Amino acid sequence: MVRIVKTEEITKTVKEMCIEANHFLSEDMDECLKKATVSEESELGKKILNQLQENLKIAGEEMIPICQDTGMAVFFIEVGQDVHFEGSLIEDAVNEGVRQGYTEGYLRKSVVGDPLLRENTKDNTPAVIHYSIVAGDKVKITFAPKGFGSENMSRIFMLKPADGIEGVKESILTAVKDAGPNACPPMVIGVGIGGTFEKCAILAKKALTREIGKHSDVPYVAEMEQELLEKINSLGIGPGGLGGTTTALAVNINTYATHIAGLPVAVNICCHVNRHTVREI
Amino acid sequence: MDKYITAPITEETTSDLKIGDYVYITGTIYVARDAAHKRMTEALDAGEELPINIKDATIYYMGPSPAREGRPIGSAGPTTATRMDKYAPRLLDLGQKAMIGKGRRSKEVIDAIVRNKAVYFAAVGGAGALLSKCIKKSETVCYEDLGAEALLKLYVENFPVIVVIDSEGNNLYETAVKQM
Repeated sequence: MVRIVKTEEITKTVKEMCIEANHFLSEDMDECLKKATVSEESELGKKILNQLQENLKIAGEEMIPICQDTGMAVFFIEVGQDVHFEGSLIEDAVNEGVRQGYTEGYLRKSVVGDPLLRENTKDNTPAVIHYSIVAGDKVKITFAPKGFGSENMSRIFMLKPADGIEGVKESILTAVKDAGPNACPPMVIGVGIGGTFEKCAILAKKALTREIGKHSDVPYVAEMEQELLEKINSLGIGPGGLGGTTTALAVNINTYATHIAGLPVAVNICCHVNRHTVREI
Repeated sequence: MDKYITAPITEETTSDLKIGDYVYITGTIYVARDAAHKRMTEALDAGEELPINIKDATIYYMGPSPAREGRPIGSAGPTTATRMDKYAPRLLDLGQKAMIGKGRRSKEVIDAIVRNKAVYFAAVGGAGALLSKCIKKSETVCYEDLGAEALLKLYVENFPVIVVIDSEGNNLYETAVKQM
């Protein structure tokens, strides 16, 4: 049975998601930040983490964006293959939602239309949209606006198969060390391993939207996530990069099949304002 | 150590600031990021005057979100200072005394800080809502067409920052991490 979804509903939902995600952190993020204020060992680090708590409170109560960099709008849209869209092009419907959300929600317009000519589009469009076709008759939208302080510190490593798991761990630690204070720690580390050049980057981005504290279903990957989180937190970078035991809040790793000749690794770094929200239509 | 200072910031003030000091700034500061720095540099290249009085000035690397009605500014946290490294030494040599941002600085910038007895402060990245509460007035000086990147003049009260690179070139990003 084909289910009709009106694209104007997509626009309305996207608009609401843009405003919500930029003012309220998801519960999983909120909870792990609260825990960090207790476990942090540096005095200055604690002070910064407490400021972040206060910042979240002010953001929600007074409707001031958590961070002024309200990001480039990134979407993962899973479309059930029994869905039929009615109305405008889905791409246009999403961008219209971004336009309305960023304008009416007093969010910063941070997008330039051309990477070298650099003229601001003034409405934060276009969005970056990753579609996938799935079973069923629903449309699941994940919105994750991405700030560029941390995006700029993200990396892709095209390792050799011989580099193995140690090479992967080293690459991730290198990316985090290089990011240091620039990426607004405590960070969330999204990692993609395998696939092709572009696939591992998308896996890493998607990993950032996974619930904090939830580990990979693959046992050795889950183990690696825990081990890396401990190693990263012993680097000493700390909140704001000013020293401390809270450098990362989570390491989320996604894996995919790859070629006999390759071992691609993407490390997508996000700051502590790791915004992600999900709606299903 | 907690310190309360006023802006514009003089050499007398900067020479008393040490890395790790928690500083509250009250007074007038300017806001500029990538595009505004590029324009200021182009103005200097063309032999024109800068749009701001650079002597003892503080530049906050920031691009705010739009203000809601009745408020001076929207969310207003620091952006990564590293991107301004290319422009900062020239402005420091012209008299700028303080920078507020977040993230590492180049050797050229650190040298210019020492040469001019200036200071680099970090504000807490990702705390834009909290920091906006310390901004009492905001006006656009120029480059309005740049939107969130326009050059602004702010009046701030007890704006909280941390000394990361002091006038002697000590760098908290390096020492703090080593101590952990």
